[in-house]
Amino acid sequence: MNAAVRLDNVTFGYRRHPAVHHLSGTFEAGSLTAIAGPNGAGKSTLLKGIAGEIRPLSGEIALTGVATRDIAYLPQIAEIERSFPITVLDMVALGGWREAGLFGRIGKDVLKRAETAIASVGLSGFEDRPVGTLSGGQAQRALFARVLVQDSRLILLDEPFAAIDSRTTADLLAILTRWQGEGRTVIAVLHDHDAVRTHFPSTLLLARECVAWGPTVEALRPEHLLTARRMCEAFHDDAPICQAGEGHS
Amino acid sequence: MDWIFGPFADPATARALAACIALAFGGAPIGVFLVLRRTSLIGDALSHAILPGVAIAFVFAGFSVLWMTIGGLAAGLAVAILSAAASRVTTLREDASLAAFFIISLALGTLLVATFGTDDELLHILFGKVLEMPDAALMTVAGVATATMAVLALIYRPLVLECFDPGFLRSAGLTGALVHFAFLSLVVLSLVSGFQALGTLMAVGLMMLPAIAARFWSDSAGGQIGVAVGLTIAAGFLGLVVAHHAGTPPETTIVLTAGVFYLVSLAVGPRGGIAGRIVRLRHLEA
Repeated sequence: MNAAVRLDNVTFGYRRHPAVHHLSGTFEAGSLTAIAGPNGAGKSTLLKGIAGEIRPLSGEIALTGVATRDIAYLPQIAEIERSFPITVLDMVALGGWREAGLFGRIGKDVLKRAETAIASVGLSGFEDRPVGTLSGGQAQRALFARVLVQDSRLILLDEPFAAIDSRTTADLLAILTRWQGEGRTVIAVLHDHDAVRTHFPSTLLLARECVAWGPTVEALRPEHLLTARRMCEAFHDDAPICQAGEGHS
Repeated sequence: MDWIFGPFADPATARALAACIALAFGGAPIGVFLVLRRTSLIGDALSHAILPGVAIAFVFAGFSVLWMTIGGLAAGLAVAILSAAASRVTTLREDASLAAFFIISLALGTLLVATFGTDDELLHILFGKVLEMPDAALMTVAGVATATMAVLALIYRPLVLECFDPGFLRSAGLTGALVHFAFLSLVVLSLVSGFQALGTLMAVGLMMLPAIAARFWSDSAGGQIGVAVGLTIAAGFLGLVVAHHAGTPPETTIVLTAGVFYLVSLAVGPRGGIAGRIVRLRHLEA
């Protein structure tokens, strides 16, 4: 079964200040959606919310076809302890740990998948290197490989190409498209509007509130981008309590 | 030869060596993980934290291995739980809450021993008497080492994940809290067992020094554990020999031997030792 995410009037925030305000809509099963918007628009917050890392201040998230713990989530800044002595192969194979269980042995099958994943992100030959010796971009590719091994129905990527060169970005974008072909649901936060236009059929343009959500051509129209750019980033300490009711979106 | 192996003809010294070997297998892997988690000082803090439990047991039951073990475990686990819980429900980080709780515990323990015991007994608890270990103490050390290795084998992968990528462990649904707590319990267990041989202050030395030194010899977690176990056994062996001939207290001599191993590793260790910064090898082609 394909995974879908339905947001029902969801508000996420920090210390009662909304970062994502009254958002409703659905990431359809098998869709490939980009989330775009200015800095501080709530893009990462929304992904964290879907991944179950933070709870909404109000509203509801409904997942179908996938359990929260089965979501593959690649955060913008992974809390990785880079000095930890672990090889690239071991790190990527950890993506298969749900099959192996917490205590079981990592099987040949998972190791093989890990090797394939490493090859498809262009890291062949790095299998036995300690993760700490990778460059920033290489480390990001290794994390991408781990997502490949996780084999999840729902994949959340936060700025996956931030430190990656154009050749690898092209390779990884091809993987995204392949994932969609396999029926997976992919949601990625991206800044590069050109990449969004070429590779993502649908887009959510976010500026704390939803500016546009639909086919990419529609969502990224100049007037929408202008509206998004006008968003005020700062919170107000004396902002009044939001009175918007259930019907607001 | 006799200079080296002669001391072990004395059964007390041989038993002390047996205790060190058990401590090596039980304590060194824990030390390595503490270093990898960048929480090397937690061992030190928890070693102080077990004192009031040991003291209370000592006040009521004298030098009873069983009761001092139970008391130390209870006090150590209480401090570990309280500080872990405090750091999870407040904005304080674990090191801050641990610092607060362990110092309360240490003050309480010192007060108890000072009120009900003698200075000599306080020194015994703080620095241990490795040459006068009763059978029960030796069995405790061996038992804890066995249990620690079994538990470590079981939680090795989640523990590595918790050190390396806690966010991933969280997103995969299993909170790090459980693994975190299991690991802290192992630290306490290891310290309580080490205290039987070396006293509360020196036990942490034999757990941490070889573990820190091992970082200069290996790039893998498994390799570091192996090196640390080897160094701990060597420190116990050499320390006992030197103490026998020089007439120094064996507990501190063992820990100082481990200290020398650390300094040597720091100087010439192939993985980031100082020598590597001075002697510069010519670079490769690719």
